[in-house]
Amino acid sequence: MSLLTLPKPDAATLGRRDDIIRQLKKLVPNATLIVDQEGRRTFDSDALTAYRCMPLAVVLPGSTEEVSKVLRYCHDNKIKVVPRGAGTSLSGGALPLEDAIVLGISRMNRVLAIDAVNRVARVEAGITNSAISDAAAGHGFFYAPDPSSQLACTLAGNIAMNSGGAHCLKYGVTTNNLLALRIVLMNGEIVDIGGDYLDAPGYDFLGLIVGSEGQFGVVTEATVRLLKAPEGARPMLLGFDSSAAAGACVAAIIAAGIIPVAIEFMDRPAIQVCENFAGAGYPLDVEALLIVEVEGSEDEIDALLESITEIAERFAPRVMRASRSAEESALIWKGRKAAFGAIGQISDYYCMDGVIPLSKLPEALAEIAEICRRYRFRVANIFHAGDGNLHPLILYNANDRAELERAELCGAEILKLCVQLGGCLTGEHGVGIEKRELMRVQFSAADLAQQMRVKSAFDPEWLLNPAKVFPLEGRERQ
Amino acid sequence: MTGTLRLGFHAPQSVGEIADLLAEAAHAKIPVEVRGRGSKHELGRLVQTGSVVSTERLVGISLYEPTELVLSAAAGTPLAEIEGVLAERGQQLAFEPIELGPVLSSAPGQASVGGVFATNLSGSRRILAGAARDHLLGVGCVNGWGEPFKAGGRVMKNVTGYDLCKAVAGSWGTLAVITEVTMKVLPAPAETRTLLCFGLPDQTAVEAMCLCLGTPFEVSGTVHVQAPLAARLSDPDITKAGAAVTAIRLENFPGSARYRASRLKERLAAYSPALELDTQRSRAFWEEVRSLKMFAGSDRPLWRISTIPSRAAKLVAIIARTLDVRAVYDWSGGLIWLDTALTSDAGAVEIRRTLAEFGGHATLIRAERGTRASVDVFQPLDVGLTALTTKLKAAFDPAGILNPGRMYPGV
Repeated sequence: MSLLTLPKPDAATLGRRDDIIRQLKKLVPNATLIVDQEGRRTFDSDALTAYRCMPLAVVLPGSTEEVSKVLRYCHDNKIKVVPRGAGTSLSGGALPLEDAIVLGISRMNRVLAIDAVNRVARVEAGITNSAISDAAAGHGFFYAPDPSSQLACTLAGNIAMNSGGAHCLKYGVTTNNLLALRIVLMNGEIVDIGGDYLDAPGYDFLGLIVGSEGQFGVVTEATVRLLKAPEGARPMLLGFDSSAAAGACVAAIIAAGIIPVAIEFMDRPAIQVCENFAGAGYPLDVEALLIVEVEGSEDEIDALLESITEIAERFAPRVMRASRSAEESALIWKGRKAAFGAIGQISDYYCMDGVIPLSKLPEALAEIAEICRRYRFRVANIFHAGDGNLHPLILYNANDRAELERAELCGAEILKLCVQLGGCLTGEHGVGIEKRELMRVQFSAADLAQQMRVKSAFDPEWLLNPAKVFPLEGRERQ
Repeated sequence: MTGTLRLGFHAPQSVGEIADLLAEAAHAKIPVEVRGRGSKHELGRLVQTGSVVSTERLVGISLYEPTELVLSAAAGTPLAEIEGVLAERGQQLAFEPIELGPVLSSAPGQASVGGVFATNLSGSRRILAGAARDHLLGVGCVNGWGEPFKAGGRVMKNVTGYDLCKAVAGSWGTLAVITEVTMKVLPAPAETRTLLCFGLPDQTAVEAMCLCLGTPFEVSGTVHVQAPLAARLSDPDITKAGAAVTAIRLENFPGSARYRASRLKERLAAYSPALELDTQRSRAFWEEVRSLKMFAGSDRPLWRISTIPSRAAKLVAIIARTLDVRAVYDWSGGLIWLDTALTSDAGAVEIRRTLAEFGGHATLIRAERGTRASVDVFQPLDVGLTALTTKLKAAFDPAGILNPGRMYPGV
């Protein structure tokens, strides 16, 4: 463990472990129950791997009714529950607690219905993100949010974190693409919200539950919007001598009324690592590289890229190159999408997820460079330029505890900087355990109190995914 | 906390004053009506309070960054002012907020921007661009304790903490008084083309509209207006046709809009698209849809029904067996504007009974006060949702002072 601590486990619950397991077996005989040391180890962490904790037991239910039974039992017996999708959270959102049951939704992964006329899909929430698009592809449709972990991450996890992706500038994030869900509350009650129509009646519980980090209930089914795939898409590379020029170019594209489907920014260190890894043909002699992708028919794409080229010329680009083939497009995206893996090959890294206003990009990058220099780390920056989501990757040695702690301190300073510049702590990874203690940087006591009251409305005893999202100390005061 | 809340109308000029007023009201347990500029006063359940807190004097745009697609304004700022400022930079609110003035017999252009989000009323472009709530990035509010709080922020992507913006959007002032809103804005399209089909039966029209939404052409509006209502629109070719009109909208750069319109026309061949409106006529047509001109100047009760698009025509047909109704289908049928003959319950029983079979929800937009006092204006919720609703209300406004009963009894 490093800087962040978990609350002391409840000794009484730990002492009842054998009994709890017996009861669970009896209660949901058909659910998968994992109690052995080796089995539980698979679930002791998520993608924030610096933190590990062995849960009391792991239950993998196969139905909403089983989820309900488990939650009701845990509610009645005051046992904490940590919901889990695929465990791909980068913020420790699925990190277990010693005195908690992990309730994994991954077995509930069926497509229940696809309605091509009304363009919706009903699925079990344990389905992976990309499996939804796969299932809809036969009808020419896709599910828009595309987080980079989409092959593994579940819709349930996407709902918990309101996940985005490279194409959310145009298509929105999870909350904008969801029509209905079935949620099991901590007391076991099953509630259906929304339907195959837009905008559920009454308060917007759908919108409130999305992004609640598994603290309001366990979502077992959902209805999502499907979109028709565009006629075509093509990326363009734009290289600049400075991040300021790249940022100004993005601003000018948007000012001209063009909303590309994606605008990805990489700084020099990121470009080099990605190019070494993927051989995407990225220019290596530029300080900033933009990948701008537009959609439409061939003629429409030509026209849009021509407009973008004209705009970019005002900012003295070193390189301007539209993809000439599907293979080249794939290669361009391969480099970008492999960024995290590629950097992972040269070093351990700590991936930050701040958001800044676009106009502050040069200032932010200069400050981040200075912060990282002070903490003696190298840093590579990936930026979803259209929506301001900045991912500085701090390169460090994960096996050195002192370095880990220093990396966390460095990361915290970067996130504080994002807030100072008018942005926020997290754009798509969620608060989880990782940014819990930083919440006061962005929110006042009254802001946090209001959020915590909403938490209590759903889960008065704070049994669901505790020790996340809010500073531990503040939570106790509630 | 000093003294008790004075009765009457309060329009404070600062968030601090609103906070003080609400703290006093909470302390004295005096309910207050929460109001923006009052344009939707004659909509919703009746609120009977001795005090009104209005945000109409909290005005002004505090931030507008066209290249970051973001604008912040005090809640009482007139929507019209914001749309004017956006238009100067070629931008707009993409969710196309519905203009209810004409159907509520008040002047158009009176809505406050806070009220737009508090009621989450979105127009025809909702099918492509999302609802009002999807464009709300941040809010400043005062809750039922009289505590100012904020949620969200001014950046496009933000998952820091719970999304309380969603809770507040569409809560009709029952959870908190919205004092400031930060919203996502988008470029206004350079060109608009509208394909019109005439004389399609409702079911056929819905099929045609659903077909359009299943294309990659980013159709931004699909509306079908029954013949008697179409006669109330201004476009001379529509009135001349004397038939139901089905309209499909494409918005884009000129080349794209024209290309897509021609492709869509081919796809719609079976439905005989007869006319293509240019940008100017398109804008005039959709502006009338946005302000529900078809229903203006009438006292027939008006319903807003959200349902499953492919079932919409059948739903209306069944209701029409027992009620005298006229319908406009927006969102490919997903949204039905339905006016009914004057009856004691405005057709509520029949409409809600039928909806229960079909799926969806209905809100009574226009009806005389007596009717609104006696029927459910908003869709009644099931037991589970009612319990959650009550708990959420208590989490924001435990004394129940904010717009009590505006949406549901006891909330």
